[in-house]
Amino acid sequence: MLCVLVLLIPLLTTVLSASFAWRAWVGWTTAASSASILGLGIALSVRATSHAPLMALHGALRADALSSFMVVVIGTVSLLATLFTPRTMRQEIESGVTTVRFARRYVVLMQVFITCMLMAVLTANLGVLWVSIEATTIATTFLVSHRRTDGAYEASWKYVILCSIGIALAFLGTVLVYFAELHVGSLHQSASLDWTSVMAIAHHLNPSVMRLAFALLVLGYGTKVGLVPMHSWLPDAHSQAPAPVSALMSGVLLTVAFYALLRFKAIADAALGTAFPRTLLIVVGIASLVLASGMLIAQRDLKRMLAYSSIEHMGLLALGAAAGTPLAIAAVLLHILGHGITKSVLFLSSGEIYHVEGTTEIAKISGMLARRPVLGGVFGFGLMALVGFPPFSLFVSELSMARAEVDVGLWWVVAISLACLGAIFGAIAMHARQLLMGVGPSPSEGPTATARSVAVPLVTALVICAVIGVVAWPLQSLLHSAAHVVVP
Amino acid sequence: MSTTYVGALELASGAVLVSAIMTLWRRQVRSIVTMLSLQGIALAGVAVVLATHEHDKALLATGLLVLVVKGFVVPGLLRRVSQLDPNSRESAPLVNVPASLVFAAVLIVLSYVVSSRVTSFAPTVATHLTPIGIATVLVGYFMLVTRRRAVSKIVGLILVDNGIALVTFLLTSGVPLIVELGSSLDVLLVVVVLQFLVVNMGRHLRTNELAEMKALHD
Repeated sequence: MLCVLVLLIPLLTTVLSASFAWRAWVGWTTAASSASILGLGIALSVRATSHAPLMALHGALRADALSSFMVVVIGTVSLLATLFTPRTMRQEIESGVTTVRFARRYVVLMQVFITCMLMAVLTANLGVLWVSIEATTIATTFLVSHRRTDGAYEASWKYVILCSIGIALAFLGTVLVYFAELHVGSLHQSASLDWTSVMAIAHHLNPSVMRLAFALLVLGYGTKVGLVPMHSWLPDAHSQAPAPVSALMSGVLLTVAFYALLRFKAIADAALGTAFPRTLLIVVGIASLVLASGMLIAQRDLKRMLAYSSIEHMGLLALGAAAGTPLAIAAVLLHILGHGITKSVLFLSSGEIYHVEGTTEIAKISGMLARRPVLGGVFGFGLMALVGFPPFSLFVSELSMARAEVDVGLWWVVAISLACLGAIFGAIAMHARQLLMGVGPSPSEGPTATARSVAVPLVTALVICAVIGVVAWPLQSLLHSAAHVVVP
Repeated sequence: MSTTYVGALELASGAVLVSAIMTLWRRQVRSIVTMLSLQGIALAGVAVVLATHEHDKALLATGLLVLVVKGFVVPGLLRRVSQLDPNSRESAPLVNVPASLVFAAVLIVLSYVVSSRVTSFAPTVATHLTPIGIATVLVGYFMLVTRRRAVSKIVGLILVDNGIALVTFLLTSGVPLIVELGSSLDVLLVVVVLQFLVVNMGRHLRTNELAEMKALHD
């Protein structure tokens, strides 16, 4: 019942927002819907830590601890993003960027997007997981092109082409898993791509088929995650989309695709042993980290900077998953949550910066801290959280991932990632100095207040991120049982 | 195992690959789209042959779905895109047509090498034909990379998808129906989205030569 409700709420909100013309109250309804998803996610999580996985609709939906945790992440980030919907739409309509008609389409697609992500994490079937993730591409294409500028169309074209060819590889990988499942000697049950039944026979799956399958899955879902070599859509799409969309894409869409990889890695680990999946994830993880650190140093645009930082964090997740111990996976999941919160705070505040400054070019913005203390402060603290300062939770999760990597003998991976993190810290600090304290072309007027509707959600989110970093107790048992879903 | 079954399966799968190579050979967008339509029909043929051989009703339904979606609806959508600009020829592909055909031959050999490891563990008539599906996928990627027009790129994407569908039929006699339905719907929607984008880009950028799209870069 809970599972069905999690999907039913955003579906009803979709219908509601489709049937009424855009008004602020429609926007607030979507925020309420996200809040109830978060609430249901917490309820699911509490239940999942102590009970067997919850099944619904004749086993089509399945909520174990991992799925429930992902529902919490989706709920949190979409709550932040939808809280900004009324404001963003009002600003865009006032400035003539969009019309009431397109505002309605935007709200509907946001809800479809959120529904697809929830479907991806709640389905019991690995094929339906693929279908849901591909469906997010379709919904988000129109959100990326929302502003209808040349850049927006170019970004959404690249996005849909690259993600479709990438995700097609993931489909081929899924088919190969199904093929291996069909040919397991003792057919005690009919093959169906159902997570539970695949996991039950995972160690009998043919290794040479699974090797090819997992490589295709890493490349394919890796495209959606934003891992090198299929990352190039990400900076364009994230920089062109409206801020709440970027927040959702970077904060959860990438990690929902990563969730798919975690599931398939568990199957591959059982079929092949950990060595092959580990090598593959280390290669893409380190490549992503190195590329991101290079691009961050040279970056001149605020939103592109945040996008490359997402590639960096996805690389870190891949390395954490490569280590693959329960501690590593728990840290990966905590990092997914921390990154989701931090990155959406940063994208939402960058949207606000764009609104007041009219640009996202770093060189053209300066002295934010003096001119807009609250907005500049939120952005500054957000960047500190992002590069892994304590007390924010990313510090804890990065440290635990590094520890887990050393535990399995991957100290050289830790060394390379620390070097990259150092370079990234330098790059972001340099850009932040210009943005927050630099003296530059922006007129130096007295400090301006930031609207409370902007400040309150963002500050609260950062505080939550810090609290999670200091006291992990509400999450500890959940993370532990979620990690054990994919680690035996 | 009847020879009719083997012959029909080989014929239909072969037709999928031949039509893929024909799309590399033709330059007129309209005839490329016709090839794509033939490919969709051949693909449906593979599903129907397998379904009659295995008495599999779900697969027969899938075959009919493929016939409608890939044989007619998707090519129909593309035809509308190509009508937007009457002078629609692939003007300057990055690799010219004769070289493309030679490359396609190389890709076919490559796909036999790649698939041998997978098919050797369950040798049947159908799995022996898998390299044809892989070759179609590779030809699709080749088209995506080397053709410049937006429509040609969409055709490449559809070739990749049809190739994967062929692999799916040959290896596993189709994935579970719910997944098949979902993925067909996704493919259809992707084509709709791309069509929408091409139309709008045509209006905004006044071109659908993608080489001229370079507003976004680092």
